[in-house]
Amino acid sequence: MSVIAPNFKLSEFIKSLLDNVFWIVLLLVLIGIPAVMMVLFFMEMPVIDGELLTPFLALTWLADPSRILPVVKAFMATDIFRVMAFPGFGFAALLAAGTIFVERKMLAKLQLRVGPFYCGKFEGILQLMGDGLKLISKEIIIPAKADKPIFWAAPVLFVAAAAAFVAFIPVAPGWVVADVEMGLLGVFAVIGFFPIITILSAWSANSKFPFIGGIRALFQMVSFEIPLILSLLGVVMLTGSLNLSQIAASQSSFPWIVFLPVGAIVFFITMLAELERIPFDLPEAESEIVAGWLTELSGMMYGLVQLGTYLKLYAFAALFVVIFLGGWNGPMVVPPFPAELLEEGIELGPIVAGPFPGLPLFDQAMLNGTLWFVLKTVAVIFFILLPRGVFPRIRVDMLLNLGWTKLIGLAFVNIFIALGLLYAGVLGPGGLQ
Amino acid sequence: MTFTLPPGLALQKVDERIMTLNVGPQHPGSGHMRIIVQIDGDYIVACDPDPGYVHRGEEKMAEYRNYITNIPHLERPVIHDSCNVLYPYVLGAEELLGIEVPERAKYVRVIASELNRCIYIMYWLAIYGIFLGHSTMFMWPAGDRELLIDLMEKMTGARVTHAHFVPGGVRNDLPPNFEDVCLRQVNYFEKRIKEYAAVFYDNPILISRTKDTGILSRQDAIRYGTTGSVLRASGVDYDLRVKEPYDVYDELDVHTNVMKEGDSYARSRVPWLDMMESCNIIRQALQKMPKSGSVRVKLKPNPKTKGLESVYKRVESGRGSLGCYIVSDAKPEPYRVKMSVPSFRNLIALPNLLKGEKLGNMPSVYWSLNYWPVEADR
Repeated sequence: MSVIAPNFKLSEFIKSLLDNVFWIVLLLVLIGIPAVMMVLFFMEMPVIDGELLTPFLALTWLADPSRILPVVKAFMATDIFRVMAFPGFGFAALLAAGTIFVERKMLAKLQLRVGPFYCGKFEGILQLMGDGLKLISKEIIIPAKADKPIFWAAPVLFVAAAAAFVAFIPVAPGWVVADVEMGLLGVFAVIGFFPIITILSAWSANSKFPFIGGIRALFQMVSFEIPLILSLLGVVMLTGSLNLSQIAASQSSFPWIVFLPVGAIVFFITMLAELERIPFDLPEAESEIVAGWLTELSGMMYGLVQLGTYLKLYAFAALFVVIFLGGWNGPMVVPPFPAELLEEGIELGPIVAGPFPGLPLFDQAMLNGTLWFVLKTVAVIFFILLPRGVFPRIRVDMLLNLGWTKLIGLAFVNIFIALGLLYAGVLGPGGLQ
Repeated sequence: MTFTLPPGLALQKVDERIMTLNVGPQHPGSGHMRIIVQIDGDYIVACDPDPGYVHRGEEKMAEYRNYITNIPHLERPVIHDSCNVLYPYVLGAEELLGIEVPERAKYVRVIASELNRCIYIMYWLAIYGIFLGHSTMFMWPAGDRELLIDLMEKMTGARVTHAHFVPGGVRNDLPPNFEDVCLRQVNYFEKRIKEYAAVFYDNPILISRTKDTGILSRQDAIRYGTTGSVLRASGVDYDLRVKEPYDVYDELDVHTNVMKEGDSYARSRVPWLDMMESCNIIRQALQKMPKSGSVRVKLKPNPKTKGLESVYKRVESGRGSLGCYIVSDAKPEPYRVKMSVPSFRNLIALPNLLKGEKLGNMPSVYWSLNYWPVEADR
């Protein structure tokens, strides 16, 4: 019989476990609790139901769990929750992870194979986690002649720029990280950072293939930013606002894609190019320039760039939804929150749980809006992923030709359609909306 | 400290805009070779293919083994086309040893050879697809190859390196019921490769990328000595199965696929048409094959030739005409075996095709030459 650990003794194993527990408890008591106390000493605690939240009060939650709800609500109203969790980074990262899984499985089905299969028992659902662990555990190799500070900073900046993009996206009425008046201009400003970061990363690697890839990425992003901005101008004219929340709210009766299909098509194509997805993945064309501007990135630096890429993909799909597909607007399908849970509680056999005055955590309109937003975003992401199974890569000259002549021309056609609709009085003030 | 660079890497006094790229041998778009490419912006100004990374001395090894034991290692240069790469050697050895091959064995050889040609072209097509960034065209041929590989496994017992052809016939007779299975699989295979047109050959992006790139004119194709699909894509009607029929190809109706354009697209389309032609040939051979009979003339151990003799035989392989020159000096081992391989002939055209092209066209033009690095190095 083969054994993994030939010198295994149960008593020693238990002893080592107890040792570990001892050290953990000791460190917690000596360092952890004083540290928490220090933090509590300096931090201003929130006031909940007229009471200051003290550690003692927090401990009373153990006796009455329903008191957690106001605290959770108070936390959800903070900016840190919006940035970290719901409309911000956490929500976007979750959708991005789902996108990677769907992309792999869908592409596999298209190509008559199974895709990730073993990791996580069900259809390789944990494959992404395995990939992440692998990337974290890999050594990061920096080229000897690289400009090291910039080379290190570029992947982080890339993720930061992608996350900043996510911050502008309104997911549900009132649920947006940065609800600024000039939201769309802010989005354009953030998109403008990507070519700079890309060329910085590529140039600082001091290697030939990343350099060529970076130049290609620069060409591609700069030449497609113009039709990108122009294609959205039609919607801005019709709504008279640059605020993304207002643009989404203006489509309560019909989405703008009904009136501006040309703009939607131009925006979709430029979106594919900005995202460096097939057929526009020239900056990463592996048969020509190895992996393009990603060639010298290794380990988690590469992982960060991938994370940023998929965050960007989510953000672009969400922008398409907000601007052309009506954002969160949709028929009300979420049932209202059961009122008796608030007043009487729920009977669980002999005992009655509740009532829970803190509930519901999210109101009906927000849940419904989020549901429609996610459904539309997933549909758009699906159409972004689909060309990867169908098209080969195009060439730089064809790409520039497409961007500078055809797409810009179509974007102007779109602007004239919008102007025509505006002056004819079909839309805008006094029109349908 | 001064040191001399290898010739390909030597820095040249040229305009500083020109950048030298080493594409290979550890580049995803090179195969087991190196292409030294000089680019000016996006345009290739000079190209210097540098094969030789997988030289294994097959020809020298053949001088130390007798005519039978040479078989397994001589098919190593192109394991995906192992029946065809061995074919000229076996034909030459038969002529030297004076063996008359049974009729059924000839048909079995034709079937195996055509199946192997399809297997090779599918592999080639898969790589052509992924070189153009078309991942579906990588997975589909790689999966559909399995149909024919299963057939070859039934026929020879091995999936890739068959070592099936021997001087005097083939190693084993066909398994029972092979004809029906073969016909069914080949018909399905033909139906399947016709579907590739929708996703690959008629794809507008592919056409705009490969049309009018890397044009090899008819005169140049003949002058450089290219063979096979490259020559036929340039408008030269040249197929050894028709021009110099060996075994039973003269009894079969073989159609040669010729395209006039001579560009990268034509060079990628001709092998695809060849696969359909192979399916036709297999169906004809299955029909005309004698239903029973011997498939092998048993040789004595260590067969020898009479005296100093030489023979040159060539066949149409998946890449073009593949020749084998054998010199024998009345010993059990051949005195010299020289293979004239189509890959190397086709590679000669590469520098002239790439000059003036864009860097983005490099993978498609390079791989459209139907070049197999291992075969070129032997």
